[in-house]
Amino acid sequence: MTEYKPLYVGTVTKYVFVESPDMTPGDLAIRAYEISQGVMIKETCFGLQITGKEEDVNAVIRVLRELDPTHIFVKDRGFPPGDPRRCRANLGGARPGYYGHEFELSLIRNVSRGLDSLASRDPEKVPNPPSPESGVALDTRKLKKIIESMEG
Amino acid sequence: MAKVFIYPATSLILSDLVARFGHTPLSAAIQIRERIQTPGLDSPPLQITPEEPKKGLKYAAVEVPSGVRGRMSLYGPMIEEAEAAIIINDADYAFGCMGCARTNELIKFLVRSSDIPVLDLNYPKNEEEGEEFVAAIHAFLKRLEESR
Repeated sequence: MTEYKPLYVGTVTKYVFVESPDMTPGDLAIRAYEISQGVMIKETCFGLQITGKEEDVNAVIRVLRELDPTHIFVKDRGFPPGDPRRCRANLGGARPGYYGHEFELSLIRNVSRGLDSLASRDPEKVPNPPSPESGVALDTRKLKKIIESMEG
Repeated sequence: MAKVFIYPATSLILSDLVARFGHTPLSAAIQIRERIQTPGLDSPPLQITPEEPKKGLKYAAVEVPSGVRGRMSLYGPMIEEAEAAIIINDADYAFGCMGCARTNELIKFLVRSSDIPVLDLNYPKNEEEGEEFVAAIHAFLKRLEESR
């Protein structure tokens, strides 16, 4: 076994995703470069990866979020950008973890809608979210009726 | 500010919403980062060393595969630390090998058997569900704040 010397010790990396009708990842990157002071920014097809000291990264993200609060999403990343263990430049194919992001980004416009409507929502209204209990199985009698109607 | 365990632990949506509403999401990235940034012996790809399955013995028996115990050494401490949890039940992308699948079952079991408030959800498939989804998470986290 060889010695392991970590890179970027003491830093955090965060993903910034943008899924907006008014803003592209390129727009976001330009704004991020304008305000980045000592943080490392990597542009991606979905947004950015920002690496640096936690307070610096959070300060940049705070400003970026204000550009389009309900369409910009942030999450932590364990690896720094370009890490040979994760970077697809070394591995080929999609980066591990990309499929999860791809799936969630396909639904994220629904979350943006939820965030947009939250301020105008009646605070007394009890939420009725999609949950495992809310799924209703198709009744067999109803299925039989559907089959019969198709046959007829 | 409460510590909220999220499942799937890599979820972008949950991680963002929990942080956005002023709480701390406990996600896999934090545990991975801790290992990636700690010097030691090279143990690629995630710096999971032979010590991790031993730590996982706290959550799973010795005859349970080391893959499950190794994973539990990441997730177990977060579940212990959590003050609440949000679980999305129809996250098909969390499916993987038997190690992932059994770990996922064990994570859900541990979360439900610990005495913390849990919000059970599915992914929002349309805009109406999205409104209710976000409102439910907002209300859950607000109640959590009030009860502290």
